[in-house]
Amino acid sequence: MSELAITVIGHDRPGIVADVAEALAKLGANLTDSTMTRLRGHFAMTLICNGPAPPEVEAALEPLAATGQLLATVREVRPETGAASAGVPHLMSVHGADRLGIVAAVTRVLAEAGGNITDLTTRLAGPLYVLIAEVDLPPGSTEAVAARLNEVAAGLDVDVTLRPAETDLL
Amino acid sequence: MSDPLGGWTLEALGEPGDVLPVVAAPDAVLSRAGAEVDPTDPKVIRLAADLIATMRVSPGCVGLAAPQVGVPAQVFCVDVVEHPKTTTVHGTFALCNAKVVEASRWRPGREGCMSVPDLTGDVKRASRVVVEAVLPGTGASVRLTTDAFEARALQHEIDHCAGLLFLDRVAGAHAVYQRKVYL
Repeated sequence: MSELAITVIGHDRPGIVADVAEALAKLGANLTDSTMTRLRGHFAMTLICNGPAPPEVEAALEPLAATGQLLATVREVRPETGAASAGVPHLMSVHGADRLGIVAAVTRVLAEAGGNITDLTTRLAGPLYVLIAEVDLPPGSTEAVAARLNEVAAGLDVDVTLRPAETDLL
Repeated sequence: MSDPLGGWTLEALGEPGDVLPVVAAPDAVLSRAGAEVDPTDPKVIRLAADLIATMRVSPGCVGLAAPQVGVPAQVFCVDVVEHPKTTTVHGTFALCNAKVVEASRWRPGREGCMSVPDLTGDVKRASRVVVEAVLPGTGASVRLTTDAFEARALQHEIDHCAGLLFLDRVAGAHAVYQRKVYL
């Protein structure tokens, strides 16, 4: 068995998940972690699964891609090493007028601080661009990162908020 | 029940206000912290009346803050009387220079905003708050204890007066949604 990283993207329609999941199930490929969501009328699936070698999976997905409506890729990946993040979870909100380079600039600040983004979504709603990121930051770095983000945000004419994420459990 | 508004009614604002255009993000005025105001200044009283008039003609609107009509000032109005999630309710009122002084019982909830018309988001807010403010017109100080939906509305509007949107407080990367229902 191989650990596989699979992406599928195409114009949204009913049945994409069922078609892809069914094709994988027939091969004995077991889905583990995945995200599947609609992005501006396109449906995007990113998933990790344990299954047969990539060529076999690609062949199974080929009929779905043959109509030109779906694009599928399959890659073998190494299993995760299990090294837990030592970072402190934070949430970053960015919003402002849409312009080129917002994501690049603010995520560069996080990267330079040793921050590791664990989840990120963006939305363009009319003229408004919104970015919400979950990021693990080195302990004690919140204030310095927030200050640097504010400098960069001012240059982009967007607003940024950085705050520790709630980690309380039930 | 005692009346924390001390008998304040909309009559304190004089003539009914005008309906003003509501500005939407990314307008810069929504990101600016509003100034404290003199609640007896005729312009502030007029602004409060205009906010109430604008709120009343806007379907589903349960609160409106001065930055949303383009004025960076700490004035807002709230009216959650008809909302199904309301428990405690103080009617239709406007506040100036409001501050949350006690907050507890944090709960998640879905919020929208007239200034962010195409998105909604999950935001954790205190479901019980104590807010201190002054009333427009009379200038009287109030200390308001409320809960549930009225508490959420107050925190949302007080955030506006501080230059914050619900987008600055959403609960996670997957907690922002395209709006499905427009009231």
